[in-house]
Parts: sequence; C-alpha cells; structure tokens
Amino acid sequence: MSGLRQIAFYGKGGIGKSTTSQNTLAALSELGQKILIVGCDPKADSTRLILHAKAQQTVLHLAAEAGSVEDLELEDVLRSGFNGIQCVESGGPEPGVGCAGRGVITSINFLEENGAYDDMDYIVYDVLGDVVCGGFAMPIRENKAQEIYIVMSGEMMAMYAANNISKGILKYAHSGGVRLGGLICNSRQTDLEWELADALAKKLGTKLIHFLPRDNIVQHAELRRMTVIEYAPDSNQANEYRQLAKKIHDNSGKGCIPTPISMEELEEMLMEFGIIKSDEEMIAEFEAKEAAKAAAAAAAA
Amino acid sequence: MSLDYTNDREFHEQLIEEVLSHYPEKAAKRRRKHLNIAGDGTSDCGVKSNIKSMPGVMTVRGCAYAGSKGVVWGPVKDMVHISHGPVGCGQYSWAQRRNYYTGTTGIDTFGTMQFTSDYQERDIVFGGDKKLREIIDEIEMLFPLAKGISVQSECPVGLIGDDIEAVSKEKSAEIGKPIVPVRCEGFRGVSQSLGHHIANDTIRDWVFSREDEHGAFESTPYDVVVIGDYNIGGDAWSSRRLLEEMGLRVIAQWTGDSTLAELERAPKAKLNLIHCYRSMNYISRHMEEKYGTPWTEFNFFGPSRIALSLRHIASFFDDTIKEGAERVIEKYTPMANAVVERFKPRLEGKKVMLYVGGLRPRHMINAFEDLGMQIVGAGYEFAHKDDYQRTASHVKDGTLIYDDATAFELEKFIEAIRPDLVGSGIKEKYPIQKMGVPFRQVHSWDYSGPYHGYDGFAIFARDMDLAINNPVWGMLKAPWAA
Repeated sequence: MSGLRQIAFYGKGGIGKSTTSQNTLAALSELGQKILIVGCDPKADSTRLILHAKAQQTVLHLAAEAGSVEDLELEDVLRSGFNGIQCVESGGPEPGVGCAGRGVITSINFLEENGAYDDMDYIVYDVLGDVVCGGFAMPIRENKAQEIYIVMSGEMMAMYAANNISKGILKYAHSGGVRLGGLICNSRQTDLEWELADALAKKLGTKLIHFLPRDNIVQHAELRRMTVIEYAPDSNQANEYRQLAKKIHDNSGKGCIPTPISMEELEEMLMEFGIIKSDEEMIAEFEAKEAAKAAAAAAAA
Repeated sequence: MSLDYTNDREFHEQLIEEVLSHYPEKAAKRRRKHLNIAGDGTSDCGVKSNIKSMPGVMTVRGCAYAGSKGVVWGPVKDMVHISHGPVGCGQYSWAQRRNYYTGTTGIDTFGTMQFTSDYQERDIVFGGDKKLREIIDEIEMLFPLAKGISVQSECPVGLIGDDIEAVSKEKSAEIGKPIVPVRCEGFRGVSQSLGHHIANDTIRDWVFSREDEHGAFESTPYDVVVIGDYNIGGDAWSSRRLLEEMGLRVIAQWTGDSTLAELERAPKAKLNLIHCYRSMNYISRHMEEKYGTPWTEFNFFGPSRIALSLRHIASFFDDTIKEGAERVIEKYTPMANAVVERFKPRLEGKKVMLYVGGLRPRHMINAFEDLGMQIVGAGYEFAHKDDYQRTASHVKDGTLIYDDATAFELEKFIEAIRPDLVGSGIKEKYPIQKMGVPFRQVHSWDYSGPYHGYDGFAIFARDMDLAINNPVWGMLKAPWAA
C-alpha cells in the first residue's frame, strides 16, 4: 500500500451514510487495512457500530472541559473498535448554539498535529448531511480527503444533495486535489432506482460505484450496535459491503472532477424517467380525467 | 462675521480628474460620485454617501462596533461595557476616545477600563452564552456599584448566532439592573454609522422600556438634554456651563460623562439639544414621537456660531432665558474678541482642509473662519445625504468635497493644494506631517481640548496657532534637497 489514503463520505441526512460507511470500513479492515474514522457530526454517531457504543468522549467536549484542544492528548479521544479500527468523534455543540463547522476544523487540525494519522492506511471522514458551511467542507478543502464518496438513493432530495455536494467538490478540485470517487446508492426501493442513480452518476461525470440492495439484516445488526460484517459475516449483505470495500480500495487515484448540473437539468432527468411529470403532462392528465367525468355524467343522464 | 472668499473651482476640478485618472475605469466611475466641488447648485454638495467602500483603497472608516462601543455606549460611565467576542476589539478600543468623566474609576465609574469576554475556540464552537453569564456574575461581584451592563457584540457573536438577548433578560432579572444587548457586529453596515443607529435603538428598546425609577424627579420648565456631545477633552462641560449660565437646567449629557440615570430621565426634558446630529438624531426623533420632546441642532464651535446657537436655543423658551442668552453672549464676547485679536493676525488667510467623521467638517468651519482662516476642502468618513445637505450652506463656492476619501485621494489633494493645516484623525496625522503640512487631530483634539464653547475657542485658537506657526516647519528639509 503506497502512502496514506484519505476519503470522505458525504450525503443527505438520514440516507444511511454512517451505516454504509461503517459497514464498508469493517469490510475494508478485513483486507488488512489500518483505518481511522473521523466522525464529523455533532451528533457523534459515526462510530457507534464499530465501537458497539455511542462515543461519549468527543474531541470538542473534552477540549471544552480541559480548556482548549492544546490541553488534550490523543489517547483521550482515540478509541479502538471492531477489528482494530480506530475511532474518533469530533463532536460539537447541541443543536441551536455555537458553530459546529468551526468545531470540525478544530478537531481535524488537532488530530493531524498530534499524529493521529501516523501509521494509518486509511483516514475516513464521515460528514453530516449537506455541505452547509465552510467547516463541513474542511475534509474537501486543503487536500484532506483525496476522494469523496456520496451516499445517495433514488429519491429526488438525495439526488439533489448529491449534486450540491458535487458543486462543493468542484469548487476545491482545482485548488486542492480533491476528486469525486463515485456514488454509492443505498437502495430505498424507489422506482427505477438503479437506472436513475446510474444516470445521475453519468451526468456528474462519475460512476455508480455500487448499488447496495435494501436488506433488513442491516437493521438487525444496527439494533445490536454492530455492523453486518460482524453480526452476520456470511450474509448476502455482508458480501455486498465487501464488494463495495474492494471497489473503493481499488479506486485509488481514479476519482474525477465532477460536472454538477443545474436544478432544471436534474428535474428534466427525473421527467425522462417518469418520476415527475411535466406541466403539460399533468394538464393533459387532468383534462382527460375531467373529460372522462363529463362522459360518465353524460352517460348517467 | 462670516468670511467672504471663494475657492479655486477650476483647479479643484482638475485635481479630481487627475486623481481619478489613476484608477481603473470601474473604480474611477464609482469614486467620481463621491468627489465634487461645492457651489454647483445641488442641495447635498453633489456627492453620494453612506455607500460601501471599495476594497483596496484604505478607507479610514470604522465598524458598527466602533460606532456603538466607541462612540455612543462607551462614555456612559457608571455602566460596564463588555466587548463581547475575541480580545482584539476591546483591546484596541481600550480607554475610549478621551471622553472625560468624573468619578473613581474601578469603583463607581468604568470609562477607561476594558472588559472583554475574550472568546476562545470553545466559545465559538459551543457558543459564548455560558461565558457571558459568568462575566456578568463576576462584574456584579467585583463592581457592585456598576449601575448596569451593556453587551457590545463583536463579529463572531453574530456569525455563530449567540442569543445575547436571552442571557441579558435572564441576568438582568437576576441582578436587578439593566443589561443591554447591542447587536453591533462589525460586519454590519458600511461604516461606524450603523453602529450609532443600533446603539440608539438599544437605548430605546432596553433603557426607555424599563420601569421609571425616577418618579421622584422634579421637572422644571427649563430642563434640557445635551445630546451627541461625547465630552472629548471636556467639550460637554464647557457647553453645559453656557447653557446653565443662561438659565437652563441640563438634566442629562448624552453620552459624554453621563450616567445610566441620565439616559433614563432624558424623556423628562423640555428640549433636546443635538450637537452631533449624525450619531444621535435617531433617538432624538424617537423622543419627539414618543414623548413629544422637540429637538434642535446647535453648534458651539467658535463665537459666531455660539452666539447664533444660544439665541436659537433661547427662542424655545421664555424671556428669562432669552435675556440669559444675551447676558451670556455679552459676558463672553470680550473674551472671544481678545482671542480673535491675538490669533487672527497669525492665522488670517491660512487654508484648511478637513476630513472627519459625520459632523465636524461642517460644524468647525465657522470657528476657523472666526479666526480669518479659510476652508478649501471638506469631507466626511461616514456622513449621510442629510449631513451633506447641512454642509452645502457652510462651504464656500469652489470648496473641494470628498466623501469616504481614499488614502490616495487625500494624499494627492493635500500634495496639490498644500493647505496650511489639515484637520483629521490619527491615521492621517503622521503621513501628512511627513509631507511637511501642519496637522491637528479633530477627532480627539490631539491630547488637548475642550474646543466647544467660549472656553474651548480660546484653546482651539491657541492650538491652531501652535500647529501652523510652529518653527519646526521651517527647519524641515527634504532628504534630496539637504
């Protein structure tokens, strides 16, 4: 393995980003990779399945207690989980106060400066929801993550978020070295989901790196605070994650500069797939309905 | 009284063209709107004002925090003003602007002290409300005689959305004193001017809204408030003396050497007298609407304007006050004449350029003219249209007008005009003196003052003489000419 690889998972909130990333990374650890997960979400739930518990000690909370990050030691914040995966949660304020974005910047700088990245094969950032401000773009900026993987589904808002995140990547692609690694579709079993995800990937100039089918076993594992890899290593879903892990592992240096599309283009795409209808179609349908009603009324009379 | 002279319109027009020719086209187009020659028939000197400065031009404007903490709130001496945010803003505005006050600093007055919440990384990330509560508790413990607290927001407070209003309400109820949250984050507005406005609004919303604690206060028909005098070098004191001598009772000074009680009882006045219109017209208009208190502007720079103002103020009152005004004018005129007699021969015909904040470029003109001096150029940092409207009648035909002048423009103008004196601020002082041009600070009075009132005029005349006729100017040699 040549050098340190840094990747990040982004995607719309609630899409299954943390679940997908932890399962995939558990699988990656089976390939003998040394991994550090950096949770960049004030909710601090990016490492729950690896640690079998919600991390209580986040960088920012400990720093606030001690005075500042300068007063912290790496051991205070690093936790070892499944298969030796190292975990750290940035943490942040409770909703409605302070600046979580600044917190992400503070934590990442602390980890780097204190050697948390030494002797690792992978540094993985799990970042909350959309890219809402400069702080949450930190892993994209300044040559932190080399590849970004966007977790999405066939739902319109998830695709919308994926497109937005691509805009963030594009913004820094030329100044730093960040690239879009690909889309990961975490199936919601919507209509024509694979086709849509694949089409969006093509529009963005990237690839649908993997399509994860929906499987309840993920839920079962999650309730036990485990990844599927650990809970049901022989299951079909575990193999799906292993495939994804392998693909990401082999994808090194193959990321692209995304070509995000406009909102109109995105809507047009959805229309092409018949997911949403054009105004003309809706009017035609409405008129047909009205005509049918009138015909029925005429027939009754 | 008023001097009769005109300035060289053609030369000044050429100067503007020359300066603009150095700018890129777009910048020249924008800056052209802020430069003009007085006497072109427009009511507002024909310049645009109160517009965002261009990046890269080195404007000397301040920020909203400077307008609130540095100007309006800072001088309220028996309150503690917290510079809420990282340490720099408080550190660099420490000790205020030479707003003189009486009292025992650190016991019952706090004007020259610096209080800051000194935001650290964790306050940004987790919000600074907890720290604000702690600071208020500490202030209450260490300075029990403080009558109230104001929270002067620095930029990060607004960026992270700290709820300083909630903390202020909660702690105010707890300590039983007013706590005023001021949203004067520096990134708001185009200059310190918005900070004045925001500060005025907080007096309305957080001071006037409180229960009247001055019920026992006995009004007289002669109660006035001096508004917009920050007592720089004792200005408000020398103004107050004249008003009192003519029979008025000054029940409050806003905000030079003022107390919270003076803010609170101002609505009981019969007339509000405004010196600095720019920074406090807002609250004066509010008091007129809400309490029916009329307001009027006055000018205590130089004997001719002082006499005019005294009579104008007296016109709002009965004959006792009118007679009082005449008495005061009669009493001090010989003194003023003696000052003119002594200094006019040394200052007559000297040319002056002014570049100040929002009031003095018009207010000081007559004081100079009383000494036979001529104003060739005048400009404001942060004036609005109504200030330029008030300026038009004070400046002579051909006077160079510059709004939010850039460092480059000011330097070029001074270089070409070579006035005998420039009156401006600390940022301009040293470059201009190095050009061999006499200079006086007319924000802070250069460690001197007062300049208001008859007393102040004597000091003003002496200072201008000291600056202009200082023998040092004859000893300067350019290095290449030595």
